[in-house]
Order: sequence, then structure tokens, then C-alpha cells
Amino acid sequence: MIAIVHYGLGNVHAIANIYKRLGIPQVIATTPADLAAASHIVLPGVGAFDWAMKRLNESGLREALEHCVLVERKPVLGICVGMQMLAQRSEEGSLPGLSWIHGEVRRFDASRFAGETRLPHMGWNDVRPRQTGGLFKQLTSGARFYFLHSYYFSPKNDDNVLATTDYFGEFACSVGSENIYGVQFHPEKSHQWGIQLLKNFAEL
Amino acid sequence: MLRPRIIPCLLVKNGGLVKTVNFDHPKYVGDPINAVRIFNEKEVDELIVLDIDASVQNREPDYALIRNLAGECRMPLCYGGGVRNVEQFERIVSLGVEKVAVSSTAVRTPELISRAAEVVGGQSVVVVMDVRRDPGTKKYQLRMHNGKVHCDREPAEFAAEVERLGAGEIVVNSIDHDGVMKGYDLELARTIRRASTLPMSVLGGAGKLQDIADLIREFGTVGAAAGSLFVFKGSLRAVLINYPSRAQRDALFEECNGRQNR
Repeated sequence: MIAIVHYGLGNVHAIANIYKRLGIPQVIATTPADLAAASHIVLPGVGAFDWAMKRLNESGLREALEHCVLVERKPVLGICVGMQMLAQRSEEGSLPGLSWIHGEVRRFDASRFAGETRLPHMGWNDVRPRQTGGLFKQLTSGARFYFLHSYYFSPKNDDNVLATTDYFGEFACSVGSENIYGVQFHPEKSHQWGIQLLKNFAEL
Repeated sequence: MLRPRIIPCLLVKNGGLVKTVNFDHPKYVGDPINAVRIFNEKEVDELIVLDIDASVQNREPDYALIRNLAGECRMPLCYGGGVRNVEQFERIVSLGVEKVAVSSTAVRTPELISRAAEVVGGQSVVVVMDVRRDPGTKKYQLRMHNGKVHCDREPAEFAAEVERLGAGEIVVNSIDHDGVMKGYDLELARTIRRASTLPMSVLGGAGKLQDIADLIREFGTVGAAAGSLFVFKGSLRAVLINYPSRAQRDALFEECNGRQNR
């Protein structure tokens, strides 16, 4: 059972619909019991960092979520701001992150766009996985995903980088540490590639 | 490589989809959810849905419709229509919409852009600029309420302002080219491109894929939005939802290469 954390932002219904089509049991989780019953957890997100943290903190789900992830070691997938929340902090806000993976969230450095600033990074871009299996099984060649962000996760340890994308230089578009995974792009809005990634996550 | 985006733009009126010409003469073209399902199968890059009644009728966005659209879309969705305050931005994003567009509201209360960006993030705040060329002075004018109301703002200067205020994207929509299918207003696109470094999508006038190619060749990683092109087929404008295949799009981007990802 995949639990999709419903704390008031992020596209829970689109993610649920994909799992329904795949025939994988899923629940839109609104209570600690929903999380406790799940084998895997998806933490979606669209929004500013502090707003997302505030909504999660006020959802009544954070304690159960941390228990599932840090004690029971259930696989968890943070999406977009859901990935950024895995960090310790963000330049976009002042609230602390979940601190599940060492690192911080930074704004793209506009100076590297050489006068052609194009933020947010918006649209379909290539994703280069560093590994062949796991989350990126069957996604090692030609996979594209939809991005919409101005901030990116900069992990402290390079070992935590699962995949990179080039946008006026490389950045980590996916991070991971043991049972904890994050993707900056939106798999729920990335057609066949996103469906494959969500399926892979369910099989971890 | 970040690719240009080819974006169908759907207009909602009385709960149905319509297509206009010069912002007038709405013609019924089908059911919104059904159209989204077809666009899912065609794996479109992104979708814009604008409720063209909401602001004019001064009513709330149709949240039930938005929820259904967002749940159905397997591609990113930009919704616009009737959005006047931060709470509405928040509610629409919480329904699963990636981007929320404002037009009339952005002109009347530009500071809303900043406040919305603080909550939903600037990447999700889109400003749609409806522009027409004044028949007398030949200058570009920003318009409100489906083009019916003139506002005393110079489009380029307004584009720069919304960028300063923290918007994430500008959709520049040519009233004169809307539904005419004879190509984009490239001069208007140039005017806005010079004024702002935000991601820009251009709407109004695309009648064939070559029109999109012309836009991409000049502007590189741009959003090429179109209504008529993707809902009509043939000179009689028979309703048939269509969209270039991935192979066609890749070939088109290849053909335009040189300016891309710059």
C-alpha cells in the first residue's frame, strides 16, 4: 500500500490516479493510521519552502511520518518541494527542513545564466541517473521529466546524488539515502517516464 | 537540454470548451475532461486552461472543475480565471494545479503577485498579458476582461514589473492574432522578451507547426501555446483534437536547433 501524504499541497490525486492505473494499492493519507498501514510513502509538494513545512508541521502527520521513515525505515519519495523538505534548510525560507538527508536547498545562481536569466527552470529536461536499477530502472536512456523550480537540493555528500540534470551546469535532480528518496521533477506529470519512476518506487 | 514547450490552451465557458476569434465568437468545441484525456494520450508538454467567464462575471473559480482537471491531467496544468486573492492561489495549488494564472487581477493589484509567490512559490505564479495593437496609434495596449477593457499600462513596462514582483512566467496573448491561425505576433513577443528575462509563453495565431518552428527558431526555449491549432482540423475548422507526436516535436526542435537552451 502506497500512502500519498495529503497535507494540503501537491498533486495527490494525479499520483493516486497513476497508481490506480498501475493496479498498485494506494491511499491518500490524511491520518497517522493511514501512514502506519502503508509500505511506501510519497511526500508530494508544490509551493514555497516555509509554506510547505508549515503545512506539514500543522498536518498532525509529521510525527507518524518520521516514525515510518526513521524508525520503520519505509521507503519514502519526496517530490519537488517534498524533496527539498528532506534537507536541513532552504535559502527560500527560515523554517528548518526535515533534515533526513544532509544538505541545503539553494537558489540557482543567476550569474551563470550570463545575462539570459531564465528562472524558474521550467519545462522538460533530461535526467541522467548515476545508477541503473532502483528508482531509475529502465530510465537510464532518454528519460525526460517536467521541472518547475528556482531552488535545488545541494547534498553535503556527493554519494547522495542519484541523478543529475543540466541547466547552465549540473545539479542533483534526485537524491537518496538508504530508504529516503527525492526527485526535484514531477513524475506525476511526466507521462511514461514518470509512470515508470512511480512504479519503480513501489517496487523498492 | 531544456526543451521548448508546446502547449494547448483551452478556454472554458459555461462549463464547456470554446474557441474564440479575436476574443469573440466563442465556438463550442467539446467537454474539458474529455479533451484532457485525449491530450494525456498524446503526451502533451503542458496544458493551459482558462475560464473566460469567471473574471467577467466576477465569480469564484469553479473548484470542482479544477479538481477534476488536475486529477485527470498527466501533464502540468496552468489554470487561470477568476483568481483575485492569495487564498484562491493557495486553494487551487492544493487541488493539484502546478501553475495559477492571473491577468486582470495582476493589472489591478500587482502586489498580489508578490504575496502569492510567498505562499505558492514564484514558479507557480503566471501572468497572462492580453495585448492588442491600437488601431489608431498602432501601439501595443494591455487589455483586461477578455480584451474588453483598456488599461493604461504599457505592455513591456508591465512585463518588467511582474518580473520584479516575483512572477514565474509570462504568457503573452495577442488579441489581434487570436483564432486567426496565420502565425504568432513575433514583434509583440520580441517586445516582451526584451523587457523581461522570465520564461515566456506566446499565445495567439499559431495555425500550423511551422508557425511554432518560427517562434522557437527566434526565441529558443520558449513556450509555444495554441488553441485553434490543436482543436481544429482543416479549412472548415472541424473539431478534432490533435497534437504533434513526440517524433514530430523532436524533429521540429532539431530543425530549430542553434538557438535552443541558450
